[in-house]
Amino acid sequence: MENLATLVDQARTAIADASDAQALDQIRVQYLGKKGEVTQLLKGLGKLSAEERPKVGDEINKAKDALLQDLNARKAGIDAAQLQAKLAAETLDVTLPGRGQSVGGLHPVTKTIQRIEDFFGSIGFSVAEGPEIEDDYHNFEALNIPAHHPARAMHDTFYFNANTVLRTHTSPVQVRTMESDKPPIRIICPGRVYRCDSDQTHSPMFHQVEGLLVDKDISFADLKGILEQFLKAFFEDNVKVRFRPSYFPFTEPSIEVDIDRGDGKWLEVLGCGMVHPKVFESSGIDPEEYTGFAFGMGVERLAMLRYGVNDLRLFFDNDLRFLNQLR
Amino acid sequence: MKFSEQWLREWVNPSITTDELESLLSLSGLEVDGVEKAADDFSGVVIGEILAAEQHPNADKLQVCSVSDGTETFQIVCGAANARAGLKTGFAKVGAVLPGDFKIKKAKLRQVESFGMLCAEDELGISDDHGGIMELAADAPVGADLREYLNLDDTIIEVDLTPNRSDCLSLAGLAREVGVLAQTPVNVPDVPDVKATVSDTFPIELINSDACPRYMGRIIKGINPTATTPLWMVEKLRRSGVRAIDPVVDVTNFVLMELGQPMHAFDLATLSGGIKVRLAEQDEALQLLDGSEVKLNADTLVIADHDKAVAMAGIMGGEQTKVTDSTSDIFLECAFFEPISIAGRARSYGLHTDSSHRYERGVDFTLQARAIARATQLLLDIVGGEAGPVVEAVDNAKLPVRHDVVLRSERLNQMLAMEMPSEKVEDILTRLGLQLTKEGNDWRAAVPSYRFDISIEADLIEEVARVYGYDNLPVKSPTMALGIEAQPEAIKPIRMIRQSLAARGYQEAITFSFIEPGLSKLFDPKNVPIALANPISADLSVMRTTLIAGLAKAVQYNQNRQQGRIRLFESGQCFIQQGDAMVQDPMVAVIATGSREPEGWTGDSQPVDFFDLKGDLEALLDDSGILAEVSFEPAEHPALHPGQTAQILRNGDAIGFIGALHPSVQKELGLKGNIYVFEVKQAALQAGTVAKFDSLSKYPEVRRDLAFIIDEATPVAYLMAAVRENAGEGFKELRLFDVYQGKGVEEQRKSVALGLTWQHASRTLNDEEINSLVDQIVSVAQEQFGASLRS
Repeated sequence: MENLATLVDQARTAIADASDAQALDQIRVQYLGKKGEVTQLLKGLGKLSAEERPKVGDEINKAKDALLQDLNARKAGIDAAQLQAKLAAETLDVTLPGRGQSVGGLHPVTKTIQRIEDFFGSIGFSVAEGPEIEDDYHNFEALNIPAHHPARAMHDTFYFNANTVLRTHTSPVQVRTMESDKPPIRIICPGRVYRCDSDQTHSPMFHQVEGLLVDKDISFADLKGILEQFLKAFFEDNVKVRFRPSYFPFTEPSIEVDIDRGDGKWLEVLGCGMVHPKVFESSGIDPEEYTGFAFGMGVERLAMLRYGVNDLRLFFDNDLRFLNQLR
Repeated sequence: MKFSEQWLREWVNPSITTDELESLLSLSGLEVDGVEKAADDFSGVVIGEILAAEQHPNADKLQVCSVSDGTETFQIVCGAANARAGLKTGFAKVGAVLPGDFKIKKAKLRQVESFGMLCAEDELGISDDHGGIMELAADAPVGADLREYLNLDDTIIEVDLTPNRSDCLSLAGLAREVGVLAQTPVNVPDVPDVKATVSDTFPIELINSDACPRYMGRIIKGINPTATTPLWMVEKLRRSGVRAIDPVVDVTNFVLMELGQPMHAFDLATLSGGIKVRLAEQDEALQLLDGSEVKLNADTLVIADHDKAVAMAGIMGGEQTKVTDSTSDIFLECAFFEPISIAGRARSYGLHTDSSHRYERGVDFTLQARAIARATQLLLDIVGGEAGPVVEAVDNAKLPVRHDVVLRSERLNQMLAMEMPSEKVEDILTRLGLQLTKEGNDWRAAVPSYRFDISIEADLIEEVARVYGYDNLPVKSPTMALGIEAQPEAIKPIRMIRQSLAARGYQEAITFSFIEPGLSKLFDPKNVPIALANPISADLSVMRTTLIAGLAKAVQYNQNRQQGRIRLFESGQCFIQQGDAMVQDPMVAVIATGSREPEGWTGDSQPVDFFDLKGDLEALLDDSGILAEVSFEPAEHPALHPGQTAQILRNGDAIGFIGALHPSVQKELGLKGNIYVFEVKQAALQAGTVAKFDSLSKYPEVRRDLAFIIDEATPVAYLMAAVRENAGEGFKELRLFDVYQGKGVEEQRKSVALGLTWQHASRTLNDEEINSLVDQIVSVAQEQFGASLRS
């Protein structure tokens, strides 16, 4: 059977030399196919004696299995190499930037309003809105600012006619809400407001968020608590908060709130106070039964402090270089 | 209001530093706006007397002066024109250090030696006056240290008083407040009544006693109009922000600053008959002290004599009747005007004076007698003369009435969330000048005449809280009944719309709500914009009727700053006059120009076009679940390209428009590139429906693709609508997957390829059914649009 051993050696060499699936297949046909050389040996078994036949047959079959195994192994090796080559050919420069759209962003004023809405929304305040062209009654009279009140001079009002103004604050939304809703009332009112004043620190249009809480037994301590928590949450910092007496016709006591962010300087950030009994009365709420507080904050002022913006006017230039920084 | 700390400390002198005083004032509601020194730091400056002043031999504008410091005489070269023999002035000797660490040394000016410097006020940081060297009083002690002589180691404090605290618009009022806050006694100077030494009087008549319930006056005869105001008064006035003018005016201004009572002195010789306090005749003329001529309105109270108006009551005196350097007899007046009758009047003439500021807010109606006594005393001291008796015209019934206010301890404790001890309440209110009577647990408070701001219980609660200290009051978190409010799910919150636009590459802009009228006309000529009566400037004078105008200006601004790819959106109100109503509708608008995608390495980005914007809009509509309700109709818009404009309809109602900016509009604004916009009513974008489940079919989908040839002018949406309508039961979806013009399609026709999908809920659709639906669709398309199937 030197013949078998030689054949197997030849076949093994051929398998090892094969470089692709096609060559392997040819080898398979050449040795193991129907007319293959190893198959031929099996066919020649008939010429052998009965004693020799099983022994030789067994040897040939073992050799055949071994060759098949070699073929399969080689096939797997070639497939893997081919896949490797394909993958290598498909290599990308993954450092190239992605294709397609850029994202835009929200205006810093909107972002700031949304943060404020979220803080107050989380403790049960809902958002109320009102008209920007407002009547004198809701902007002034109902807020205890009668005609000729010196506080009107502080407002620099834009007029359309004697009775119609651009709202100078978001406080009229308080009045409109109290006219239509029964306590308990918990609202914040974000929006545009207008004052006839323009320089580096004044814009003829800016944004305020007004807040109002009316219920039984609301006290000054509640006002202090909520605003202190708000300011710490807004600045994500344990800012020092100071409550300073002030004057607004629609609240009493009236308060201005200052913060110190650690540099020893007090910065005024918002105004607030307990709702004035006359404001309750003009809106049909009994000031003996209910008490409440209101607060108002300048959105641009808070955004400037939060993001370090140094010029109010930047908010309304809509310069993409500015907006892209703060989106 | 500005005041000198030294002056305040003459009245009340708590042992606290200037910083502590500042904080005390701010934290009690008298906000300190500024603190400055009365003069900058300097040393070595004495009072010098110019003995002689001669022309400098080598310079036209210089003089060579001999200046005495009382012991020695020095040669000083000086450039001030007012340097003259006899003048006493600030003399910085060699070795003196002026503000800015400027050391005075011996110098040579044009070959003449100079041993020091004569000083102007600005050189010492006393004021910004550089009109010449200081002119000190003739009796100024030569050789004395100037700082000590002028008492310059002082601080000027400016408080920004809120309109309710008119009681603090005087040194006396501030002292009273500081006394309460610092618990320190106040030395109120005694003002003796000045006895009349002559019997001359001038009659006073109150025609309008509602507005002027009290008017007092007296004659002072034989004054010396050329007397000079004493230095202490000049300095106190200066540190209160008031310039000295002449002794009579200075005295009235001083009393105003000291006591808070505005006063005026007339030259008696210019008055005829007597005083009448009355309303002005409409258009009555009056020349004011500031030189301006006004025509008075009939709502303005005036002080008049028997012939003419001589002063605008509570606001400003008249030029013709003022005290001059030839006046010998004056009529000194002092009144109480009711605040409402003065309020707003000064403003209506464009005026604002120390006097009107106080009267509008409220002057103590019991103060007049004291003020006139104080002014008389000062005048007699300074300008001499003899005083006549005080004449008072008063209508007691019209004077303000201070009603008692009840403070309930229960209410106080509820509002402040603490048990405020009774002694504390009583201590605070009593120190504030209220007279308390205890009524059970409560108090009845009599309010002093100077507190115009206390009339209800809340005012007293505020006073207690304020003096107790807001920072000392308790803090807590409110406890409230929890409740969940319904949030309509069908209404898409505006913040989600904004977020969607941002995610699609648009940057939010916020533009002014008022714009330039020409811009309004350019973008929306049909709507006459609502105009402001008092715009801040012509280019911000009408309310916007569309957001596009502002966005186009923002594009212009950014293009001018080399930005090529600009995608902006804004949401906000637009304002449209409809009949008598001013309609305020929130809108959402978008503007885009430049490349579709940011510049990148793939190099395949095209300029943005109509369909990019429409795709973004459709995405918004789809997100709200309303895309199927919306259609786009070719339309015209004055600011948009006539062939690239659509009106946006939702269930047939116009909700906005989309299109390319008209080339002429672009040219007008100097805008570059193609610019596309859309604007939609915010409410229409927000109002969707709540989703509803429809069971999923188990049966297979069937799809057929049809390519129709139609006229190029036929809107594809019309064909698609007809297809949908005739697609029968089980029709699921219609896709437009190709629009083609060119080879293989006739001229002026286009091929429109549609993919139709059916899926029945309860059975499998068979070929015959689908074929018959397709036949129906093809024949409708043929009838309505002359469509043929592309072979």
